[in-house]
Order: sequence, then structure tokens, then C-alpha cells
Amino acid sequence: MSAATPSAAQSEAQSEAPSEARSEARSEALSGGFADAPVQSARAFREVLEAMARPGTIRKVAGARPPAPLSVAAGVALLVLCDPTTRLHLAGAADCPPVRDWVAFHIGAPLAPAETADFALGRWEALQPVTRFRIGQPDYPDRSATLIVECDRLVNHGPALTGPGIETATWLNLPETAAFRANRALFPLGFDCLFTAGDRIAGLPRSTRVENI
Amino acid sequence: MYVAVKGGERAIDNAHQWLAEERRGDLAVPELTIPQIREQMKLAVNRVMAEGSLYDPDLAALAIKQARGDLIEAVFLIRAYRTTLPRLAASRPVATGAMAVDRRISATFKDLPGGQVLGPTFDYTHRLLDFALMAEGEPPTGAAPLSPIPFPPGGGEAPGPAAPPDAASDAPPSPRVGEGWGGGAPRLPHVTGFLNRDGLIETAEASDRTPPDLTREPMELPADRALRLQALARGDEGFVLGLAYSTQRGYGRTHAFVGELRIGTVAVEVEIPELGFAVEIGEIELTECETVNQFKGSRTEPPQFTRGYGLVMGQSERKAIAMSLVDRALRWQELGEDFTGAPAQDEEFVLMHCDNIQATGFLEHIKLPHYVDFQAELELVRKLRAEAAALREAAE
Amino acid sequence: MTDQAYNFAYLDEQTKRMIRRAILKGIAVPGYQVPFASREMPMPYGWGTGGVQVTAACLVPEDRLKVIDQGADDTTNAVSIRRFFQRTAGVATTEATTEATVIQTRHRIPETPLKAGQILVYQVPIPEPLRFLEPRETETRKMHELEEYGLMHVKLYEDIARHGQIATSYAYPVKVEGRYVMDPSPIPKFDNPKLSGNPAIQLFGAGREQRIYALPPWTEVVSLDFDDHPFETSKAPHDCDLCGAQDSYLDEVITDDQGGRMFVCSDTDFCAGRRAKGHAGRLGAGQKSSKTFANSFEGIWPGTEGAR
Repeated sequence: MSAATPSAAQSEAQSEAPSEARSEARSEALSGGFADAPVQSARAFREVLEAMARPGTIRKVAGARPPAPLSVAAGVALLVLCDPTTRLHLAGAADCPPVRDWVAFHIGAPLAPAETADFALGRWEALQPVTRFRIGQPDYPDRSATLIVECDRLVNHGPALTGPGIETATWLNLPETAAFRANRALFPLGFDCLFTAGDRIAGLPRSTRVENI
Repeated sequence: MYVAVKGGERAIDNAHQWLAEERRGDLAVPELTIPQIREQMKLAVNRVMAEGSLYDPDLAALAIKQARGDLIEAVFLIRAYRTTLPRLAASRPVATGAMAVDRRISATFKDLPGGQVLGPTFDYTHRLLDFALMAEGEPPTGAAPLSPIPFPPGGGEAPGPAAPPDAASDAPPSPRVGEGWGGGAPRLPHVTGFLNRDGLIETAEASDRTPPDLTREPMELPADRALRLQALARGDEGFVLGLAYSTQRGYGRTHAFVGELRIGTVAVEVEIPELGFAVEIGEIELTECETVNQFKGSRTEPPQFTRGYGLVMGQSERKAIAMSLVDRALRWQELGEDFTGAPAQDEEFVLMHCDNIQATGFLEHIKLPHYVDFQAELELVRKLRAEAAALREAAE
Repeated sequence: MTDQAYNFAYLDEQTKRMIRRAILKGIAVPGYQVPFASREMPMPYGWGTGGVQVTAACLVPEDRLKVIDQGADDTTNAVSIRRFFQRTAGVATTEATTEATVIQTRHRIPETPLKAGQILVYQVPIPEPLRFLEPRETETRKMHELEEYGLMHVKLYEDIARHGQIATSYAYPVKVEGRYVMDPSPIPKFDNPKLSGNPAIQLFGAGREQRIYALPPWTEVVSLDFDDHPFETSKAPHDCDLCGAQDSYLDEVITDDQGGRMFVCSDTDFCAGRRAKGHAGRLGAGQKSSKTFANSFEGIWPGTEGAR
């Protein structure tokens, strides 16, 4: 019975921004979605899937032009994964009117506090304390949050990652290790992370073991 | 590409062609039209709409034609089509109290406000084949004693204190589009409402909560009553009938009376947030059954009757009655009854097996090739037999 | 080629997002069955609707799709599913395992080793490995939660007591990363070792049962067994009569009513590839395709008077 909100329905139909969009902010909110959603979101999802299935690998995505301060990759992740049925938490600088308007128009995800969010978006510092986020239930570990963590850059240097999806080890410049080690200790519960920087994206599911080297 | 691949594809193409010819049958016999099916096979159309969960008589008729009369196949066609439709809005709950009834009977009271309206029912037809229907042309419409003639809508049977609104109108029973059902239209009260006023039946609490939708969310158990009712409403008529029958025979008995059964049309309204009020977008025919069941009570609470509920799209009273019996049987826990192990009490058993599209798909998939698994079993049995033979020889 | 009446890959975008979210959670918790709101597909439940939905959610226009049933590209249901995606997604198709980027399968893992960049999508009839021991979902969910897999071991042990060995030859249960017991779909246990440490992404879709689960690449997958009765693979003790392969899973084909048999690779692409390279089995290279024997459709071809 979940009816799509009008805004999401509009973005689904890829409606053009009305020509008489009055203010800059308004036109920013109406643009920057996928021009060809079925195909662009399919390509982007494959990159996100590879990123999550092979923790530590850095993939490239395209197609979204979200307002500042969001990265292209964060915008893509939102367009691919969020909709009116997912609760979204915007943290820190990401929680600003341009982003809220953009989310309302293109995604339609209801904004929510950290504790009830399915997805959360922000820089690592802004997402703290991450223990607020849903880690799933023992009988439904899938009911957990996915954090989209905005970073300045993504490189294959830093803590070593091992576990499912990784043949021997990979390395990623994670913002810290303690939180991810604590999260791994909750397995099969825990949150999952996507790291975004520019048009790059990397994944860190709860199953990954993280070690400082 | 090698030869066998083309063989498979050609076989499928040819099978489809053959099927199309079979569907049409003898070309000397005129082809059925969709309006003919819609008008003259209406109960089949209703069943396909109900179990297909899509109210569209023309599409249901098309599905029946395409499925060569196989109703489960037709339901399947409708379901697969329905999945692709966008969800534009959720309607307001329909008001069955404001139903324009074609039929309304109560088994619990001889007469009641609104009266008993027999409507177009098979109930008192003698089940004698009417060979007049076999002859070419229109069958006689007079009151031939053995012909299954529908009771005149809202006729003399119902001289109740307040005749149902427009039941006495001379308009044909359906469709009854736009017969003055404005907001001020008189309502046809529910029998359970009379009982409720005296505290004789449990109160059904109204709720504004959005009911779950099993076509959009995976089924989660235990289910609440709204979800159970949704599953039953689109469940297989035969399966629900069998379960209901089993409760009557003692497998989860609930002592049901048909408090009321009503068939008719109701308005479907959608709230338009921009306008701030609801707009009627059309009318649908529904069958509603409310049963009055065995009472419960305790030292602190006086005894009270309990409820079972059935609501089905179209005219489908067998299904609606069966649904209300199964609904009631599934409520054992909430009403503090014992679980006797009866299938109709077993929520997981009922909900996981009532959908005929799931059931028929899985049942029929065993005709797909399984030679890989069978080969594995074959090797295992051969191995076990060889080992047994070796043991026997060693013993001799 | 693409049918414009439907969205790319048939499903609407909101449905694909829902499936994609479930796939990612499945990847994050390998072997755990994620509930998803499976849609009614234009093919029957039990005929690959789960696999089809997973494939639809993963496909990109650049993909090359391979569809196999029982290891073969030419079985009727594989043909039907391949056509569905040709029509609704316009993707290229292939029979070559090495060329495919997405492979949807029923009951087999290809003989040719998979590689990174490939996705193997399994069609799953009953995703719950404990279902035949405990029919209730509410109970089996609790058993997974508590890692209470004793019942499964009891069942396997009873096999040993009765038959002297574990009498499960397909859909042989596995344990994933030491945590969840998982049903690998009804593949022969011959294929079980290929589940573990596989460089490809393996996704499992059960449409009717509304579950998706996953094995990320390189995931450790162990077939359940006992120290004194270690897991063993099995296959017919023959070589392929067409290509002579000694290490491939074989179909048995009855050739006459006098007990005549031939054994041929169940993986038709693998067998054809070997024969193209000049390998030959007992019945030589000049033979027709293995499936000409297994799938004789002549009987249902209309058009001949005799058939009517």
C-alpha cells in the first residue's frame, strides 16, 4: 500500500525540470539526477556490488550531479539504493537545505534520525558515534544501516582488510580501525559502509576484518 | 550455435503456435468476445479478479480467453500484469456500510433494518440442467418454474422497516454507477453493529494504521490479522474452502453463524493531498461476509460473541464465507483459545500455502528436467546397492 | 530487439532498488537468507523467478548473458529465460562460460572455472537447508539465529547409521565462513567444492520463498561432514562418451531398451569446447550433440499429421 510520493514519482519518470524554475537553488534541486535511470542505475549498481563484494577495491561511478557538499559517488549511491521506502539520515554538512531538497525531489526518502535510518550519509566525524546506527536483529541481521561515508580521497593504502570477498588481503585508507573492529565483533550483526570520494566508491561490509599494519 | 539449441527454440515456437490453434478451437464456431466473457462468465471473471488482486473485468475476461478457461492460469496472467503497474495512490478504506447492495442476507435474524435481499443467487435454484440455454437464441425470460431465474433485485422478499437504499429501484442490478450515492446517502447498517451496540459481540477496534502489503514486503510471521486477511482474499478459493470446511467438521471448530453476507457496489475514494479532500475514482463490486462466532468470556469479562471476516472482490460468496471462517479460526491465540493442531488454526501453514500461483508454479516445476539431481541419486543408490551386495557375499 | 513496452530488464526501478538492497545485505552477511518482496514474474514460481529477479537487478546493457539448466544451454527453460532477457534487456547472450559476464543457472556450476568480473546467479527452489527437518519458518529462523545446527548433523548421522554414508547427493548443505548453514540449491554434490574460494560473485534467488543470499568472491564454503566420514564428491564412474572428459559431471542417456547407456557431459559448453579442440570419447567426435539424445522434441512438434 506504500504509495510513491509525488516527488519520487516524478523523478521515476525522469521529468524535465520545469522551464520556469525560478531560483538557482530550485533548479539545483531539480537537476542532477539520472538522465536515463534504468540503465545508469544498473551500471552504477554493478559498481557498488563489486565494491561491496570485494572490500577494499575502489570503483568509479557516474551519472549524478548532487548539490554541494555531496560527492558524485554519494549522489549515485543515494539514487541507486534509496527511495520512499528507505529512511535516510543526513549527518553534519550533508544535512543542508540544498541536499534535503535534492533528496526530496530525486529520491523521496523520508529523513530520519540516526537510530532508525536504513541509510546514513555524511563524513565519518559527522556520523559519530556510529554505535547509534542499526545493526540488525539476531534473527534479521539484514535490518541494519548502510553508512555512506564521504571522504576526501580513496587510496589502497592503510589498514589491511581480510575476509569474504578478499583473496589474501587488500588495503584501504579507512578513517580509523577501532570502530570497524568493534563492528566486526558483532557479526553477523553490524552496519555496512560505502566510502565515497569524488566519483570513487569502495565498500566495507561488516564481515571484513580490519587490521592496522 | 549447434543443432540441439535450435531444436529447443524451435520446439518452444511450435508449441506456442499449436497452443494458439488449440485456444481458438474449431474455426466454424464463432470466436468468443471479451464482452461476452465479461457479461456471461461473470463469476469466473470475478474469481480471476479476486485471486489476481486486480479489479478490471475486461482484463480478467481477456485472461480467461487467453488461458482457454483455465482460471488459475488466468489469475497468473493478471498477477504478472499487475506487478508491472505503478502504485499511484492508496485508496481510503471502502465503506461497505454504504454499499449499494444486490444481495444482503443475514442468517442470524429473521428480519432487520435494511431487510433481507435475496438478489441473484443460485441458492434456491434446482440444479437441473436448463436445456433451454443450449438451444440457439435467447432463453425464455418468463417465470418458468424450473429455470434459474434471478430473484428480482430488491423484490418483495424484503419489506423490512427500512428498505435498502435504491434496492427497490427498477434499474437493472448492475452496473449501478452513480445512482445518487452522495455523502448524505442512507447507510445500510451491519448486523454486527446491532450486536455491538448491546455489547454482545467483541468490538472491532478501528485503526488508521496502514495495513501491510504482502505484494510489496516479504511475508513475515507471525502475521497480523490485516496481513492474514490480505493473503486469504487473494488465496485460492478451493484451498480456503477446504480449510473452512475442515473447521466445520471439527478441525478448529468456531461455531460460525453468517451474521451477514452482502454483495454490491461501493465507491472507491482517493485522498488528494493537494485538494485536501477525497475524490471518488470509481466503483467496485464486493462480497462481504461477517460471521458471528462462539463466545468467549472470563471471570472478569461477560461472554461475548466473536467475529470472522471475509471480503472479496466481485460476487464471490463461497469464497467470502470460507474466508471469514478461516479468519476466525486463525484468531485462536488473540482470543485465548487452545491450539488444537488443526490446519486452519496454523497461520504459517495457511498463509504459506493458500496462494495458487505459488503452489501451481512449484508443483508444476517438477516436470522441468531434473536429470542432474536424479543422476546424483542414481549413482548413490547404485553405490549403496553395490556395497550391500558385497556385504551379503562376504557373509555367505 | 528490446521490447519497449517494458522497463529495461523488465522490473520497475523501485523493485530493482529493493532487490539490489537485498543483494548487498546478502553480500554483507554471506550465507544468510535475506527476505525480499519477490514480485510476480511472467513465468511460474518454481521456474526460476528468483534467479530471474536477481539477474534483472544486476544486468547492464553491456553484459553477455549465459543461461543454463542442468548444465545445458539448450534445455527449454534455459532457452525461455534467455529469450526473456534478450527481449526485455536487449543484452547479448552466449553459451561460452568464458565469455559470459552473468550466468544464470539451475542445478549446476559450469565445469570451466569462473573468474573475477563474472556473476553466477542460482535459481533456488527451497532456500532453507533446515526446511525438510523443520517445516516452520519461525523455528528455522531461530535455529539460524542461535547457530543451532545440531538437527542437521543428527540427520546426516542417521544416514550414516542406516546406509554407511551420508545419503545426500544433491543440495548438499554447506557452512559459510563458519557461521550460516546454507543450501547451495539442488546442484549435485560434485559441484560443492566449486562454491568455495570462487573468484566470481555467487548470488542465489528464491522467488516463491522470497529469499536472496550470496557468496562474495573467495568466501570459504565447507560441505558438512564428520571426521570419520569426510565429505566426498561423486559422479558416474565413466568418461564422457563424446569428448572423453574424465573429470566432468555426466548425464546418463538411455539409448535403447536393451540396457544401452551412454554418458555425456552435463555441461554442454564444456563438452563442445573439448570436442572442438579435438578430444573424443568412446563414441567419437562425429557424434551429434549430447542433448540431441537427451532432449528429443520431435514428439511435440506440431505440423505433422501424425502428431495430431
